[in-house]
Amino acid sequence: MTRNFALFPLMVVITLISLPLMVMYGFLILDTVTDAPPGALWPDEFTLRHWRFLWDMSAAGNVWKATLNTAVLALSMVAVVVPVSSLAGYAIARLNLPYRRFFLGGILVMHAFPAVTLLIGVFFVLKFAGLYNTMIGVILVKGALMLPFGIWIMKGFYDAVPWEIEMAGVQDGASRLTVFRRLILPQVKPGLVALSVFAFLDGWGEYLLPRVLAPGSDMTVMSVLLNGLIAGDDIGYDFNLFKAVGVFYTLPVIALFAIFQNRLMTIFGGGTKG
Amino acid sequence: MRLNLENFTKCFDGTPVIEGLNLTVEDGEMLALLGPSGCGKSTTLLSVCGIYRADGGRILFGGRDVSALPSQRRNVGVVFQNYALYPHLTVEENIAFPLTVQKPRPSAAEIARQVREIAELIHIDALLGRRPAQLSGGQQQRVALARALVRKPDVLLLDEPLANLDAKLRLEMRSEIRRIQLETGITAILVTHDQVEAMSMCDRVAIMDKGEILQIDSPTQMYRSPANRFVAGFLGNPPITFLEGRTGPEGRFSMEAGLTLPLPSHLRGMPSGRPIALGLRPEHFGHGGQGQATGRVTFVEPQGREMLFDVQAAPGVTLRSIQPTRDDVSIGDEVTWKVDADRMLAFDAEGRRL
Repeated sequence: MTRNFALFPLMVVITLISLPLMVMYGFLILDTVTDAPPGALWPDEFTLRHWRFLWDMSAAGNVWKATLNTAVLALSMVAVVVPVSSLAGYAIARLNLPYRRFFLGGILVMHAFPAVTLLIGVFFVLKFAGLYNTMIGVILVKGALMLPFGIWIMKGFYDAVPWEIEMAGVQDGASRLTVFRRLILPQVKPGLVALSVFAFLDGWGEYLLPRVLAPGSDMTVMSVLLNGLIAGDDIGYDFNLFKAVGVFYTLPVIALFAIFQNRLMTIFGGGTKG
Repeated sequence: MRLNLENFTKCFDGTPVIEGLNLTVEDGEMLALLGPSGCGKSTTLLSVCGIYRADGGRILFGGRDVSALPSQRRNVGVVFQNYALYPHLTVEENIAFPLTVQKPRPSAAEIARQVREIAELIHIDALLGRRPAQLSGGQQQRVALARALVRKPDVLLLDEPLANLDAKLRLEMRSEIRRIQLETGITAILVTHDQVEAMSMCDRVAIMDKGEILQIDSPTQMYRSPANRFVAGFLGNPPITFLEGRTGPEGRFSMEAGLTLPLPSHLRGMPSGRPIALGLRPEHFGHGGQGQATGRVTFVEPQGREMLFDVQAAPGVTLRSIQPTRDDVSIGDEVTWKVDADRMLAFDAEGRRL
């Protein structure tokens, strides 16, 4: 009994702290489907006109094209980061590869390195390679910047798999590759799932790299499109339209969190040990 | 299949931990590698199965040199201390795994038949559908054994297989492993630091220390007639008591602390003044013999069927005696008990048996 009630004050504090946030989220959703008189807090009429951007391309630009671009970027992140991380993490964790310590240190440094400082250098490299203003360029840069995180996370998961399992597999007559594929990979599945979701979300939310490295209108992603809605000089921002596009942009993120929330916690729980 | 290690050498970071080791395990024999931690027994085992590469010498399976072969091509079954079962596979899939990676891969029906056959031998046929996490320690042990045996290996290696089991299960698995080894007739090596396991399960015991095999013998023979002081001290529970002293006149042995005992009869002719050590096992004190020792009982340890007594026979000299439980002796009593001098083990200053 005392245990349950001991948590009660904590819950009150957490609720109070997050209350402003909840209120703002509430109004964010509410404002997308209503209109309020100027200066008033509570709306007085229901309307779907803020969602007209879904079919009216003049309202907020080509939202569907931007959604597709964002999805391509996000899925490419999964396709690049997860396979490379799962292989590199295994090599770092288990194989006796030359310069292992150097790689480990390098990954840690890269992980902590602020990517923004590289932007100008990356710009010149892409320009030179002819990948400036292409989606491929953005994917390569974004993927490279995310790899240290992915490799480090996967290394943590591999470290948690006992050595003996690998030795037993080899002893049972399987090649190292078979052991990796059939015995080790299934055991780091939670890590793969979590990393996939993280890579997707990271790509989905990316703003800076596509903005700077692929400014062409063909390559507009949702974050850039959203920014464009309020970045103009005109006075008459349509805040409710902005909020509606924002909610539309957030929906996949919420859905992913709702589905995978338990899996995502494994990254912060057992996964990063060692 | 007969197993030979010839001049086997293993180094770590350039430092040899095992140098020029020779060992033969006969076909169908179960041999224990027994020794304290760090004596090289696990290193030897991992080299036999191919996880470590030998740095010198040869490893022969039935006369065939396998030193250069990787683990996968050695056909060795290994049971690891923590069993190393594959947690995401069922018991059946665990046991079948070694068969499914064989080339050419046997048919599904053939795999199922072999798995069932081995599961029946090891008494786990009722558990095939479960996952390792749903098994008790003893059952996991059995599964690990089944997986090691299913592809009919040339040699079975057991690395401290009973260390993770509780006392009762350990007793049960001890005889189970031996039964299975005898029924399959497989050549087996057991690595352990537990002398009871080694002596009760194996045909022969090899005692190792500091990378060397000190003695290989049948358990009884080794207990009765250890080659040196280390072996004598390692075997026996409660352990042997060593008495340091010198030979005296008329075939007697005397210690500086004042205790004198007759020498074992084959040493009576030794010149006096030689430094020697006598080893007295607890079962040879208080059970008759030509010598005797008087002292005060300082400790009594009842063990149910037997009792262990510590007797201080001279300042700083404690003799241990194990006897059937008796109520007439308690702490502080003065006792005079017989010492079976002929069965004492004598060692010279270098620890060699005399």
